[in-house]
Amino acid sequence: MSSAEVRDVTLVEAVNMALAWEMAHDENVVLLGEDIATNGGVFRATVGLKELFGFKRVMDTPLAENLIAGTAVGMATQGLKPVAEFQFMGFIYAGMEQIVSHAARMRNRTRGRLHCPIVYRAPFGGGIHAPEHHSESTEALFAHIPGLRVVIPSSPQRAYGLLLAAIRDPDPVVFLEPKRIYRAVTQSVENNGEALPLDTCFTLREGDDVTLITWGACVMETLQAADKLAEQGVSAEVIDVASVSPLDRETLLCSVAKTGRAVIIHEACRNGGVGAEIAASIAEGAFLDLQAPVVRVTGYDTIMPYYRNEMAYLPTVGDIVEAVEQVIAL
Amino acid sequence: MKQRFEFHVDSTRYLDDHGKPLDDLPAQAEDTERTLAAYRNMVLTRTFDAKAIALQRTGKCGTYPSVLGHEVIGTAIGQSLAKTDVFVPYYRDQAAHILRGASLVEMLLYWGGDERGSAWKNCPEDLPIAVPIATQCCHAVGVGSAIRIRGEERAVVCCVGDGGTSKGDFLESINLAGAWHLPVVFMVINNQWAISTPRGIQTGAETIAQKAISAGLPGHIVDGNDYFSVIEALDAALERAHAGKGGMVIEAVTYRLGDHTTADDATRYRSAEDLKKAWEKDGIKRLQNYLHDAGLWDPDKEKALQAECKQTVEKAVEEYLATEAEPPTAMVDYLFENLPVSLRAQRERLAAKYRGGE
Repeated sequence: MSSAEVRDVTLVEAVNMALAWEMAHDENVVLLGEDIATNGGVFRATVGLKELFGFKRVMDTPLAENLIAGTAVGMATQGLKPVAEFQFMGFIYAGMEQIVSHAARMRNRTRGRLHCPIVYRAPFGGGIHAPEHHSESTEALFAHIPGLRVVIPSSPQRAYGLLLAAIRDPDPVVFLEPKRIYRAVTQSVENNGEALPLDTCFTLREGDDVTLITWGACVMETLQAADKLAEQGVSAEVIDVASVSPLDRETLLCSVAKTGRAVIIHEACRNGGVGAEIAASIAEGAFLDLQAPVVRVTGYDTIMPYYRNEMAYLPTVGDIVEAVEQVIAL
Repeated sequence: MKQRFEFHVDSTRYLDDHGKPLDDLPAQAEDTERTLAAYRNMVLTRTFDAKAIALQRTGKCGTYPSVLGHEVIGTAIGQSLAKTDVFVPYYRDQAAHILRGASLVEMLLYWGGDERGSAWKNCPEDLPIAVPIATQCCHAVGVGSAIRIRGEERAVVCCVGDGGTSKGDFLESINLAGAWHLPVVFMVINNQWAISTPRGIQTGAETIAQKAISAGLPGHIVDGNDYFSVIEALDAALERAHAGKGGMVIEAVTYRLGDHTTADDATRYRSAEDLKKAWEKDGIKRLQNYLHDAGLWDPDKEKALQAECKQTVEKAVEEYLATEAEPPTAMVDYLFENLPVSLRAQRERLAAKYRGGE
């Protein structure tokens, strides 16, 4: 594998590239999950890796998510760096006890004697016309847990760089992949093994009038909204939060201090969502800079509808533009 | 109809309730030094246990789970595991921890509300005590997978209670051990009680050991108060695991002689008569009788051992009571290897709030 290789890849292909790079450079990295070896994963994120690294490092597990999450904990205590795949985020809940009660606590519980450099990968979010339980965005459940990092890429380049960072991080990372944009765009990614920083927001577009704060698949609609707003003469700054926990509050507060307005966009339900934590942080840290209340554009506090109505649930470009018009008017 | 498969679960018992051999003893009985060391560890464990309960009753220790009735099993685990093997405990394995090298002080610290109680310097690869029932079974197969991936000749012993075998964690883990041929020995400590729920309504299966068969593993039942049957089964299971022949489920049948924890009152759900009967099977007394009959033990030796154990425990208690709590900032310091920026302010607040707490 040449370190100078540059490829035009989709987000899911970038995930595959990052896994292949790190497995080639660190023999402690192993993959486990359902249908990931011979089949290459239901989204093909691990395709070809069994051929490169063998069944010993790319493991098809029995169909038991709790087992996958807990086996990764045991592996990690032996110095392996497991990357465990949950087929869909809707099936991660069986593994939550292991993630919350063990992976997130092992370092603290043993005073650093054992730790869990695990990446729990899961495709999440709606918009692909999937069956029930295949479309939710429940990142806030994990963001609430001390000892976990929750990372969400929103482009092929960030998927590559952030996944490398997540695997190299000595602590557990829940890495949520927005499957709606798995293949939405291709981007040129240099396969050079360079990681991007965790616990850091990415400012995707600079602006002066309003800060649009988002992550995951909604980054796409938010950038489109920023284009529309520019046509109306509104200059929007767009921030991809990327690490929804721990939060890079400094970047968010600096931006709001500059623009005086914030709109938070996420696909997950509003109630108790990560947007609420961000809004509270802005109220605590940048209240006097605000020229308008913080507004959220989110999914509804309902069960994610089946796919005939899923687009009605997801935030749209129009919703974002409307919210910005509302805060600009104030 | 044709019978397709035939399965069996073996069981062993060598000493009767009074320590009299029922049959020829296994080869392990020839190692008198190891047998005497086992007895000493059982007595030390029981002495420690009584003291820990007394500390809790006097407000000097938190909620504590008594190990009464488990001393034989834990001791055999500690003796059979090689130093390079990995022990994956539940929370009533004091006898095994002592032999693995976790100190009495560390055990008191853990139940006394101090995270340093799991820092175990002498057994750095053993998993810490797992409170959520049976969750440790998944860790055990993870450790076993790491051993298999690296082609090492090491093995794992994982403890779980009879109640824990009702959980998916246990069933999923024995299933993986069978499917992946992992060197993991599951030690089911069937003490008849999951807090107040008796073994009889935990499962409709006649034995717990037979659950192994559904996972493609051998299952074996031992009398958990008969040192020789427990140590023989464990030695054999570990020899098998070290040789790459896969895992096993051993069901060690005993009786929880104490309350579930110091926060429980077992008189609410079980009779004094049942408890009295269980005490008649006590494994420590049984081994003492055996050693006495074999000319290896006498009242003077017993007296000296009791005094020695008491002294060892007292010394540990003194050190435990003299150990100051960690500074409150420790709650932040061990969360991540690299302290996230977002936690810095919270750490500073803690440090300022508890002056000198740095």
